[in-house]
Amino acid sequence: MIERHESVVVTTFVRLAVPVAQLFGLYVLVHGHESPGGGFQAGVILAGTYILLALGMGRETFTRHVNEPRWVALAAAGVLLYLIVGLTGLPRGAFLDYAGLPIDGVRARWLGILLIETGVTLTVTTTLVVIFCRLAAREPAP
Amino acid sequence: MSDLLLAALLVLLVVVALAAVRAGDLLIAVLALGAYGFVMALTWAAIGAADVSFTEAVVGAGATTVFMLAALLRTSRRRSAPAPGLHWVALAVVTVVGVQLLWLTTALPRWGDPAAPAAVHVSPRYLADVVRETGTPNAVTAVLADYRSYDTLIETVVIFTAGLGCWLLLARPDR
Repeated sequence: MIERHESVVVTTFVRLAVPVAQLFGLYVLVHGHESPGGGFQAGVILAGTYILLALGMGRETFTRHVNEPRWVALAAAGVLLYLIVGLTGLPRGAFLDYAGLPIDGVRARWLGILLIETGVTLTVTTTLVVIFCRLAAREPAP
Repeated sequence: MSDLLLAALLVLLVVVALAAVRAGDLLIAVLALGAYGFVMALTWAAIGAADVSFTEAVVGAGATTVFMLAALLRTSRRRSAPAPGLHWVALAVVTVVGVQLLWLTTALPRWGDPAAPAAVHVSPRYLADVVRETGTPNAVTAVLADYRSYDTLIETVVIFTAGLGCWLLLARPDR
């Protein structure tokens, strides 16, 4: 893992940039219906903020926020969320038909899109960060 | 003006790509590749593809560069010596394929052509009905997450599988 860089410029920048970028990532996710963006874009932005955190603040801060096995489980949870939303369509129609969600009309499709996009964001964020964790681990490859 | 900007970006793209290929120090090559991703993101933004631009900026310019740097830390910064002499067969193949590709671009529809096959197949139907059917003005999101949500599901599974594969393959040696 990359060690903490003892520079006020770097740490201050990371301190300021990470919360703003994470908020922007969430905005890209929930506002994907109206503006450019969506689940995948939000996922990569959020993953980028965690990588920035590791690069700027070092291993200790990073591992306080990221528990690797738990994040792999979260990646699976994202796929699972997508599948479950898809399965809710089965009783009324077809797989991934959002008409099965407990809201009527066009709002069900809107909600269905938001839910699966959330699943995509979860999987993309955790996957990218976990790959980074493994590549940047302290132990050199044998 | 927009055409000029786009042309400048595309020229810059070729310059940065050449820098990445020619650099003797792999650290410079990786950073040039990151710059390539960034110029690519600007290019997407210049032609109005903001969705792709986001992804390219973070993945192409950010994450890929960091992944490559991390991989570089585990190997060597020096490029292995190139094979001496020129591969005439390879040069001939690359030239022929390159000329063919350039020639084929003349047969492609013009950029933004409303009569292009991609713009007259299902796109008009999506664009006409997307707000009424899904309540989602951003047609890209509606196509990805509703009309074509099977594809997105499988893509998500692919990403998860890739992450799981990396995690298992690069597991700590002491375990």
